[in-house]
Amino acid sequence: MRTHSSLRLLGAVAVASTIALTATACGSDAADGGSAGTSGPKEVAAALEKGGKVTVWAWEPTLKKVAEDFEQKYPKVDVELVNAGTGDKQYTALQNAIAAGSGAPDVAQVEYYALGQFTIGKSVEDLAPYGATKHATSFTSGPWNAVHQDDAIYALPMDSGPMAFFYNKKVFDKHHIKVPTTWDEYVEAARALHKADPKVFIANDTGDAGATTSLIWQAGGHPYKTDGTDVKIDFTDDGSKTYAATWQKLLDEKLLSPVNPWSDAWYKGLADGSIATLTTGAWMPANFASGVASASGDWRVAPLPQWKKGGKASAENGGSSLAVPKVAKNKELAYAFAEFATTGTGASSRVAQGAFPATRADLESKAFLDTEFPYFGGQKANQIFAESAANVGSDWQYLPYQVYANSIFNDTVGKAYVSPTKLSEGLKAWQDASVKYGKDQGFTVNK
Amino acid sequence: MTTPLTTAAATDAGAPAGPATTPGTGPSTHRAAGRTASARGRRKPPQTPLNPRPSIPLTLVTGLVLVYTLLPLAWLFINATKDQKSLLNSFGLWFAGDVNLWDNIVRTLTYDDGVFVRWLLNTLLYVVVGAGGATVLAVLGGYALAKYDFPGRKAVFAVVIGAVAVPGTALAVPTFLMFSTMGLTNTPWAVIIPSLISPFGLYLMWVFAAEAVPTELLEAARIDGSGEVRTFFTVALPLLMPGTVTVLLFSMVATWNNYFLPLIMIKDPDWYPLTLGLNAWNAQAQTAGGEPVFDLIITGSLLTIVPIVAAFLLLQRYWQSGLAAGSVKE
Amino acid sequence: MTLLSTRATAAPPPRARARLRFRKEAFVGWGFVGPFVAVFALVFLAPIGYAIYLSLFQNRLIGGTSFVGLDNYGEALTDPRFWDGLTRVGMFLLVQVPVMLGIALLVALAIDSGRLYGKTFFRVSVFLPYAVPAVVASLIWGFMYGTQFGLVGNINEALGVTLPNPLSPSLALASIGNIVTWEFVGYNMLIFYSALKVVPSSLYEAAAIDGAGEWRVVWSIKLPAIRSAVVIATIFSIIGSFQLFNEPSILQKLAPNAITSDFTPNLYTYSLSFAGQQHNYAATVAIVMGVITAIIAYAVQLRGMRKG
Repeated sequence: MRTHSSLRLLGAVAVASTIALTATACGSDAADGGSAGTSGPKEVAAALEKGGKVTVWAWEPTLKKVAEDFEQKYPKVDVELVNAGTGDKQYTALQNAIAAGSGAPDVAQVEYYALGQFTIGKSVEDLAPYGATKHATSFTSGPWNAVHQDDAIYALPMDSGPMAFFYNKKVFDKHHIKVPTTWDEYVEAARALHKADPKVFIANDTGDAGATTSLIWQAGGHPYKTDGTDVKIDFTDDGSKTYAATWQKLLDEKLLSPVNPWSDAWYKGLADGSIATLTTGAWMPANFASGVASASGDWRVAPLPQWKKGGKASAENGGSSLAVPKVAKNKELAYAFAEFATTGTGASSRVAQGAFPATRADLESKAFLDTEFPYFGGQKANQIFAESAANVGSDWQYLPYQVYANSIFNDTVGKAYVSPTKLSEGLKAWQDASVKYGKDQGFTVNK
Repeated sequence: MTTPLTTAAATDAGAPAGPATTPGTGPSTHRAAGRTASARGRRKPPQTPLNPRPSIPLTLVTGLVLVYTLLPLAWLFINATKDQKSLLNSFGLWFAGDVNLWDNIVRTLTYDDGVFVRWLLNTLLYVVVGAGGATVLAVLGGYALAKYDFPGRKAVFAVVIGAVAVPGTALAVPTFLMFSTMGLTNTPWAVIIPSLISPFGLYLMWVFAAEAVPTELLEAARIDGSGEVRTFFTVALPLLMPGTVTVLLFSMVATWNNYFLPLIMIKDPDWYPLTLGLNAWNAQAQTAGGEPVFDLIITGSLLTIVPIVAAFLLLQRYWQSGLAAGSVKE
Repeated sequence: MTLLSTRATAAPPPRARARLRFRKEAFVGWGFVGPFVAVFALVFLAPIGYAIYLSLFQNRLIGGTSFVGLDNYGEALTDPRFWDGLTRVGMFLLVQVPVMLGIALLVALAIDSGRLYGKTFFRVSVFLPYAVPAVVASLIWGFMYGTQFGLVGNINEALGVTLPNPLSPSLALASIGNIVTWEFVGYNMLIFYSALKVVPSSLYEAAAIDGAGEWRVVWSIKLPAIRSAVVIATIFSIIGSFQLFNEPSILQKLAPNAITSDFTPNLYTYSLSFAGQQHNYAATVAIVMGVITAIIAYAVQLRGMRKG
């Protein structure tokens, strides 16, 4: 027995090595290999009729109910919803599975900022032939811009994160501070709050790539310009400079609490008022309700502070889509599920559970706009979010390798948070590191 | 007594301990000496290294290390008694008003349809098969290295140490690609197969077998016509038991605490070991719409280390004697 | 590793049967060690071979895979991010390993001296942290290091002092060293203690007759007796230090600006491989790291042995 199994193991090693080597040697072929023959809406309908299994990698909690509804509507289809990690952890797993050519899901949740990495590597399916084109006008412009390139549609928008300003009204009232409408007023408020109570900070910030790029986006900056394999990175444009100048004041005067987002200390700070505001995406209310329950009633929502007085500019923070990897086993069913989850009743069911919609119909519905949030003292917060969604700067672009760029944000820009390095120098270092990586990966950068 | 890691020059540094100091007797006589010394207490035994007297200053100084090692565990236990709210609001090293330990345990075990229990069972599976298998391989291998002279014997351990020196994180991707080709990823095998290798276990068994199994006994069995396999099971294995238990326990700890490899290999939470599950709960606080469960993470951490600590305490007697003979001496 | 001395297999068999005997031994020996070697080949050697193969190629997002020979090695050897990390773990090694092994040795000697009250309690308690998974250990210490609500914060508040943040860039490495020490001091203590326990009592009797004091016994009998245990513990600790990953990777979430993605070579290869999809270059860095680790471990073994 023992000898047998060890022989088999040795054989397996040999086989595995050979196959694996071949797989790498022609890695790009493997990624293309899946797209034999195109499918249309007819094939999708036929696949739903025939049934089968769809594996979905997603961490979005509202999909659980959607999966059940889908199975009920199409009894022959079995949806396996797997939480394969959050954000970059899942992308890593997805990349690995794509590289290996097996083990990839049929549908994967991918945040907008990360989608470029999969489209440039041609590892996600173009959904246009399956019938995705007809949804072009169903989605709000921000998310839709993020998922399509010319005629190709690489994913369907699942939710969105138009930004808003969440503030602890109790703390603001206690210290008689006016809710800032511009970022200059924000800095003033930060000083006043911290002076009134040294334990209170206007916000926590330890350097977050997503928040930084979003605020530069709102300031009208365009640090990234991508055209196919031509990439331009410039963190010295006006938008980036405006952001860096303002934020530098907050850093210099130590007006930001050095608490990491999503940590236990962060939740506590949000609850006890020592972190007085939060500038983030419209998906945040659900997290407030579950993680900061004890501060219910203290918080309110306001439009983003503006870079120019009287402006209305906004940006997106977070939000994700559902994509179908090229190596998916059952692409028709995969598309059917993605469509079900992101449009029509699927989308509405998720909105009802607290997700923030990317669909115009849901966003404009009266019921949605009139929803009162008990957590925010009965405020109709969705009106502010919807307003923000309408004012998102539309020509923003991420890098085709934003996942990597974000992973080195704290190596470079992070220095400005813990050392005398200036934010502008940090952004320059981030730019340089991103340029180098782009060049290494074969992009034409800053030429 | 030569050991694999000693040079010829070093061998005669100490007097040969001889077969008289078999694994079992050495420690017990020593312990007995200590016990009688303290039993005699005030009768002032002669102070020799063999008959020492307990010393308060030494106990206090060593006690500092004890405080250091136990403090974080005390923190863990104390905070496992708190609910989510007092977890953040009360002093870390003392109990909050009401003790919620039982409630926390129940919630940990039942949260998300009792997924913690599933992870616990997975971990048990990985430990039983992985650590059990690792022990079997290490015992067989160590025995062979100690008792048979075959070509390539010396190379085996050198290669093992050399390979262990290569950082595992970068090998993860090649391993993943290979396992994926073999269809092993996302199955228990992806965790179990790599757990089957315990380099330290092999080393320990090698040294232990060299000491504990007298070659004369094996020769005698062979002369009696016993086959090699039978000799191993009837003569060698019983002598190897203490070392085997030691290796088993060390492999158990390694498998129980395994984190990095499952992180890459297992994507289906149904196959998570406890460490990955706890990490997933930690990540849950970072998701839009996710629910932070720091209290469950802390209670879960406590529950994670209890079984392994219990195993160590229960098997103390065996593994200590095994380690004693296995450790390198001259 | 030529130092692994041949252990004589007791009485040599009669000359006439020697050849046959040798072949049989080879067969049986490999039979016993075979399963280990086979699995080892699968989970260590094959991936290493594969990694060496990968290190000769470059795979770009644009342009695909191409053979680049030893270019990746040239890049690794001049990569400041790699050398920074290596210097950092080098410093870690020079401080943390001696401290950890020193404490472990002192505790082992203290317990072995028989002069402690509650010896068994000591032995078990000091060993306990080894049973705590690195994930959990880093989680516990991470909570305690918190300057806001953690133990450090509690102390600051209670005593009205301002302790430095343990996870600031200047202290992060030391704080990680503390966690590693905490996790492994008991394990090493136990290895030393077990080695001490089998020192033949005849040696102590002889020393007592000679009227040797306790320190003299420690110095002349106990320490020489466990020297090889110290060497093997040092080697495993060196390998562990060079592979430092779990603790910094979990604490990274708490101190992203102090613990950078290239904090240790192992974190760097992880970041290259997983965030950057640069499997080829990551494999190269890993191979270089493995060679450096093996050389140093080997040198330590040589030195440790020569002193005897």
